[in-house]
Amino acid sequence: MVDIIWLVPALPLLGFLLLVFFGKRIGEPLAGWLATLMVGGSFVVAVAVFFGLLDQPEHTYEQVLFTWIPAGDLHVEVGFLVDPLSMAMTLFITFVASLIHLYSIGYMHGDERFPTFFTYLNLFVFSMLVLVLGNNMLLTFLGWEGVGACSYFLISFWFTKEANASAGKKAFITNRIGDWGFMVAMFATFFAFGTLDYTKVMGQAGGLAKTTATFIALMLFVGAVGKSAQIPLYVWLPDAMAGPTPVSALIHAATMVTAGVYLMTRANPIIAASDGYVGWTIAGVGAATAFVAATIGMAQHDIKKVLAYSTVSQLGYMFLAVGSGAYVAAIFHMITHAFFKACLFLGSGSVIHGMVGEQDMRLMGALRKYMPITAGTFIVAWLAIAGVFPLSGFWSKDEIIEFAWHKSPVLGVIGFVTAVLTAYYMSRLVFLTFYGEPRWGEHAVREVVQVGGAGSEEEATTEPTESVELVNGLPLTSERKPVVDAHFHPHESGWTMTLPLVVLALLSVIGGVINLPGSHLLANWLEPVVAAGESHLEPTATYILIFSVISTALALGGIGLAYFVWLKGSRQLQRGFEPVFLEKAWYYDLTLAAFMGGPGRRLFEAISWFDRTVIDGIVNGVGAATLGVGKKVRRLQNGYVRSYALLVVIGVVLITAFVLTRMLQLS
Amino acid sequence: MSSLAVVLAQAPQTTVINLAPGAGTPAADPNAPIPTPPVLWAALLPILVLGIGGLVLLTISSLLKKGAPRGFYTLYTVMVAGLSMAAAVPLWAKVNGWTKIAWWDFRDLWWQSLPTEAGPFSTLGQAIGVDGLSVFLILLICIAVILGSLLSDDFLLREGLEGPETYALLLFSACGGVIMAMADDLIVLFLGLETLSIAVYVLAASHLKRAQSQEAGLKYFVLGGFSSAFFLYGIAMLYGATGTTNLVAMKDFLSRSIPANNALLLIGFALLLVGFAFKVAAVPFHAWSPDVYDGAPTPSVAFMASGVKAAGFAGLVRVFVVAFGQYAADWQPIVYALAVLSLVVGSVLAIVQNNVKRTLAYSSVSHVGFILIAVEAATPAGIQAVLFYLASYTFMVVGSFGVVTLVGRVGDGRHSLDDYKGLGRTNPLLAAIFTVFLLAQAGVPFTAGFVAKFYAVIAAVDAGSTVLAVIAMISATIAAFLYLRIIVAMYMTDSDGRSASPVSRAERIRIPFATGLSLLLCVLTTVGVGLLPGPLTELSAKGTPSLVREPARTATDGGLTVGTTGTEAAPGQSQQQG
Repeated sequence: MVDIIWLVPALPLLGFLLLVFFGKRIGEPLAGWLATLMVGGSFVVAVAVFFGLLDQPEHTYEQVLFTWIPAGDLHVEVGFLVDPLSMAMTLFITFVASLIHLYSIGYMHGDERFPTFFTYLNLFVFSMLVLVLGNNMLLTFLGWEGVGACSYFLISFWFTKEANASAGKKAFITNRIGDWGFMVAMFATFFAFGTLDYTKVMGQAGGLAKTTATFIALMLFVGAVGKSAQIPLYVWLPDAMAGPTPVSALIHAATMVTAGVYLMTRANPIIAASDGYVGWTIAGVGAATAFVAATIGMAQHDIKKVLAYSTVSQLGYMFLAVGSGAYVAAIFHMITHAFFKACLFLGSGSVIHGMVGEQDMRLMGALRKYMPITAGTFIVAWLAIAGVFPLSGFWSKDEIIEFAWHKSPVLGVIGFVTAVLTAYYMSRLVFLTFYGEPRWGEHAVREVVQVGGAGSEEEATTEPTESVELVNGLPLTSERKPVVDAHFHPHESGWTMTLPLVVLALLSVIGGVINLPGSHLLANWLEPVVAAGESHLEPTATYILIFSVISTALALGGIGLAYFVWLKGSRQLQRGFEPVFLEKAWYYDLTLAAFMGGPGRRLFEAISWFDRTVIDGIVNGVGAATLGVGKKVRRLQNGYVRSYALLVVIGVVLITAFVLTRMLQLS
Repeated sequence: MSSLAVVLAQAPQTTVINLAPGAGTPAADPNAPIPTPPVLWAALLPILVLGIGGLVLLTISSLLKKGAPRGFYTLYTVMVAGLSMAAAVPLWAKVNGWTKIAWWDFRDLWWQSLPTEAGPFSTLGQAIGVDGLSVFLILLICIAVILGSLLSDDFLLREGLEGPETYALLLFSACGGVIMAMADDLIVLFLGLETLSIAVYVLAASHLKRAQSQEAGLKYFVLGGFSSAFFLYGIAMLYGATGTTNLVAMKDFLSRSIPANNALLLIGFALLLVGFAFKVAAVPFHAWSPDVYDGAPTPSVAFMASGVKAAGFAGLVRVFVVAFGQYAADWQPIVYALAVLSLVVGSVLAIVQNNVKRTLAYSSVSHVGFILIAVEAATPAGIQAVLFYLASYTFMVVGSFGVVTLVGRVGDGRHSLDDYKGLGRTNPLLAAIFTVFLLAQAGVPFTAGFVAKFYAVIAAVDAGSTVLAVIAMISATIAAFLYLRIIVAMYMTDSDGRSASPVSRAERIRIPFATGLSLLLCVLTTVGVGLLPGPLTELSAKGTPSLVREPARTATDGGLTVGTTGTEAAPGQSQQQG
């Protein structure tokens, strides 16, 4: 069965091609169903391949389709490497993607570019599968760029809004830095090994010189930092929430952003062969990202922004695991995170859908009564991410913290603190959205204030002394009007949207079974791939018990704190828990923007001046000289046969003279 | 490249065999009947199909009273060319030692009459050689005929020139080209060259309503005749130096002995090179090409730039790289100079043209420079690069001239750069297709042009001609400007309102079916080869030229005895030995 692996990426590709050519004609909703069918088929094939793979020696199978670039020493094939790691990734990617495709049919209903959306979505799934299944780095890079391109397209899908278009640009530019790292790593790998094939490279990685391995590992990490939104390159991910919510769920939570973790896991033999500080760097960056993003998440008002920072934070956990040598734990958390975070994002999408586009939690509240299925599934996923026993998040997060603690208690403590923060900000989100008093419709507080001059709210800086209408302290825009209409009532979404929610919520509960401390199914499965780099712990039962008790206590503590502040607390108390510097994301983004607008801009202008005058001057000079010469020489071409014949004769004379002189020299 | 080495290693090798005496000398006994060489008809089939196809076409058309139904001639030409390709496939199989391709088993066919051993062979008194190179070029020339005749279909209707002549001439010139590709004898080579050239002279002049076309035909004819004289003179010199016109015998002779008169040999090289350089339009023997390309009917230009050049390079590679590989040091500097001049002059003059057809003519001169740097390498990798370049260039250039045919409109005269202004707006599809071809010619990655240039440069560098490779890359950069100039003209509408012909811009151009098919094939191949260069690379690696002695005949049955076939070939081998 394994030889049908090519079908797995081929089906979404087929869907993409069909939609490109006939998308407009197929129209809504058939285009959506076609796309869903293709990805679903891909999942079915992946399952079949999985069972076939069980019979393969070492659970590994490589299929070479054809030689892509036969250029001297560089010999690149298009082929798929099916091993435990890529199989695990393929299964969860195709599964989650099919659910999100199904969901999108409902979510994108009525959008005038409905077929285009699914075209991109199918192309994304294809690229992601190429990234994961490719048997060499170049193919992975191709997929890497492909998912990136789809991500930019989809972030700015509603490109008529200025903010969406610039968010797309931001993601693009930030990712360039990461891509640069990946490319350098690729060149270095080719120089070191003479090939880009994973099987060959990873097989020989053990014998690599330490400095070379360190360089490659660090450059790969730069690539991973860009794609997986780690400090300092995380800024693009929160802005990427401008895209439609299914995109946020699929690309910016479950799959694409985990590509960095996949890459690091794939390259674990190289990391194992490198200097010790590489692991520390990765773990440090991961821990810092987990903590910082969690604190920012505490003070956001946009429901999707909270989830975005939460994603950054959870990705930080995965890198913490990678840095601590816990590759299995990283993949485990990646899978459980895909389940609960996709569920949360889709849930938030359902909320936004029900609230006719409103994303600010200050205008929500008490939604559980109006959207029971969404609220129920959301609450399950919330408990999972908060790490409540025995849901999936508990198991995977606990394992990471155990390994981190083993690497250094400092990392372990950061892991614990972040766990408390996670429980807290997620509970805040749930309480504000689904519990408490309604703050929409007739319950919204309207007021008219005079704003003007300096010191006014950023959102309302306009002409001095203008009267602005506010709702719950927010400016009343035309899009916001329906939500605060007195007759407004939120509604539950249709079955195409709620079914994926239910399935994902179920998996958030039971997802932990793939790697329970007693069974270690995933660990045994991934063993051949991560053998080189995986560190091993032999925790005693008491050790595990103590850890479990501590983390459960911390999770409950975080939830309890949120309960007292956001359900029972006064507005004054709540204000205190939303410090401005957290709301502004530690001013990191603003500082960056200020630098780019100020000194940075002047620097770039200087470079641009140099480019214009000196470089372009040289280029244009050469061009002008060429043109001048060309115009002179052109006169030879006068149209007379006799001149042409003369030219021929001159040529003959010159050549004959040459051979004769040569002959004289020889003799 | 490695697969080439494998092929070489597997080829049967025999040490020097004494050639039958009098390979080029007349029979001793005047009373004996003139010996007729045995003929392997299967090997000649591709030539015969094209030649007879052309004759039959003329016959049919003269019998038809009311004229042929629309599209008949085109269909016929495509079929004849296809048939010729089909006849070449068993030869390819024989050369590569295959017995069948997919479901097609050759063993039931005339294939039986070929030598039973796999590998290249020769026939007709070793005047015709069947090897990878010749079969590759048969296929390529036939493809050029197919693409060219598809372009002609609507063009002739539009210009009111319907008739079988263009098609018959295409077939005759292709027949000549195929003879050139297979010729193992300089006289046969000359025969092919003339067959090809005369047909092409007429093609150039075949637009009866344009004086420019007549002028082009005449210029081409006069200068072509001039260069043919040099070519023939070169053959005579070589005959004088070696006593034979047969390449196999010549190579054998040169490997065994040093000619008494070296001057004859070297001047022979020089004059022969002049002839080839004229045919492929290398500087300074290129002067005819801008005028002829400008004047000749555009679809015929497409064939000239693809099929005729391919045939010219086939001869050049076979004669110089293979037969005179031993004397590479003597002819390489000349090719070097031709390559540099073609690259530089071609690209520099191209950017000052205001006529798109002339621009493309100069650009094709610069492409010739690129192919020449691969010839100059004189290695198996170089030959592979030549073939790869020819194959990809065929599609790019036919596609380009296909678009030019359409934009030229009735009268085939609107070729100024101004006529392309705003094409991106009025005819987005056509402009997009043209952009693909232009980018491919400029050598942009993910197009066939990039891979072709890449292989040529690599071959030059591997052969030690780094300076030449650098010159090639610089001139490619200069040439990129000319392609971009056309693209800019198509997409950027002029803001100052200077409009040469506002009417033409507003017109939408209908893409007729046959032309569209041709363009589609060209676009698909150009992009396909760029994305997946693997298959064509392997194919061109199999296009190995070799000079094979004809097996000795036994007097009794006049048939063939096998096993005495000796491969004397391949520059790589001779270099290793030397």
